[in-house]
Parts: sequence; structure tokens; C-alpha cells
Amino acid sequence: MLINNFLLLGAVLFCIGVYGVIARKNAVLVLMSIELILNSVNINLLAFDAMNGNVDGNTFALYIIAVAAAEVGVGLAMVLLIYRNRKSIALDELSEMKG
Amino acid sequence: MFAAAAEQDIQVAQNIGFGIVAAIMIFAALKVVTSKNVVHAALSLVAVMSGAAAQYLLLSAEFVAVTQVLVYVGAVMVLFLFGVMLTRAKLGRETDLNNRGYKMAVPVALLMLGVMSWVLIDGFEDTRLPEDRGQVPLIAVSDSIFKPYLLPFWALSFVLLAAVIGAIVLARKD
Repeated sequence: MLINNFLLLGAVLFCIGVYGVIARKNAVLVLMSIELILNSVNINLLAFDAMNGNVDGNTFALYIIAVAAAEVGVGLAMVLLIYRNRKSIALDELSEMKG
Repeated sequence: MFAAAAEQDIQVAQNIGFGIVAAIMIFAALKVVTSKNVVHAALSLVAVMSGAAAQYLLLSAEFVAVTQVLVYVGAVMVLFLFGVMLTRAKLGRETDLNNRGYKMAVPVALLMLGVMSWVLIDGFEDTRLPEDRGQVPLIAVSDSIFKPYLLPFWALSFVLLAAVIGAIVLARKD
């Protein structure tokens, strides 16, 4: 198989995720788009791993999965806190930190 | 000649599987970022994650594929569905999910895709994955985690601990 199959699939998923991060207003949907981006990175790592024939890519992919799980936990806790304080999770209304 | 043809046949099967799964993944990813319904977006994300697990199997990384199913499809999606349930009352279609100028994101994403595709196609023209790679042995993966990458592993366990404590502190009521 061509390695470009997997790399281009990763690129497409990455760009769809970037579109979601820019376009979405709902905080939960932005977190989902970030998960798309992390998955595309994992596909790239495992493709290069299969090309080079060692296992470092597997290790990195496992670490990325663990970090993504932690990120989702903390991110959703923050979203819940914002919702409890403001009754809304629209990201464009969060302007307290604007100088 | 015949050996090459046989090799092509094997690759045809793999390529057809790859193409079907990739098409499903891209379609579901587009559903994630365009759906008007948050729960439908979460369920489309399940399709993307499962498809990614299938691609990991094609890349002969079965332990990562199993971990992907366990962690993403099992745990992270439950977290997402809880997040959806706890932050909004209605579960139907909504009209107010996108930013005002969200159409500007289309050229940004397309430009990025164009540049990345050009670089990849230019750089890896027809590099092939090795044909005879077996499954990645789990012993090799664990040796890699616990020998050269032990320090990141420790750091990662602290990150997880901090994330768990931080999530509890943030989300509890008082």
C-alpha cells in the first residue's frame, strides 16, 4: 500500500477538525473537533511506524491517547463549570478576559 | 511478473478495505463538524473513532487499535454524551451552533489541505509500506514503553492524576 493513502487521510481529517474548531460556537463541539485532530495525528504516527518498522510510533500513539483522555476530562469539567455559572456554553460570549 | 501480479492482488484487497473505511471516516467527520444536532455529531464521532481503529489494524498496530476502541469509543464518548446531557436541556436540532463568520473557515481549511496534500504527494510520491511486516509484537511495545520511554510514562501518569483531581475540583458543587 502507498503510505500516502494514510497520510492524506490524516491530512483530510486534520483539516476537517481545524474547520470545526474555527466554525463551531458550542464548546462541546469544539472539543469533538480537537479529538478529530488528535486522531489524524495518530494515523500519521502509525503510518510512519509501519514504514520504518520499529515500535516507537505505537508508543507515541498510546501516549497521545492517554493525554487526549485527560484533556477531554478537564475540558468537559471546565465546560460544565462555565455552563453552571452562565447557563450557556457559547464560546463567543466568554469575553471577561478581554482587555 | 506473476509474483508482482499476486502482490498487486493482495494490495487490491487491502486498498479496497482502506478506501471503504476512509470514505466512511471522512463522511462521518464532515457530519461531526456540520451536524445541527449535538448528539448526532457525537455519534458520528463514534464512527470516525471506530474507522480509525480499523485503519490501525491495517497498519498492523493491533494493541493501539484495541486501546482506541476501549478509551475513545468506550470512555471518551461516554464523557462527551454526559457533557451534552448536562449542558443543554433539549436534544433536537439547533440553529445556533456556529459562529457568525463560520464560512471563513472553509477557505482556511481548504488552503491548509491543499498545502499539506502538495507537500505529502511531493515528498512521498509512491513510497510503499513494506509488504511483509507482521503484527507489531506486544512485547516490543511494552519494552519500548518501559525502557527508553519510561520517563514520559511517569510524566504521563502524573498528568492523568492531575487531570483526575482537577476535573473533580472543577466540577463539584460548592
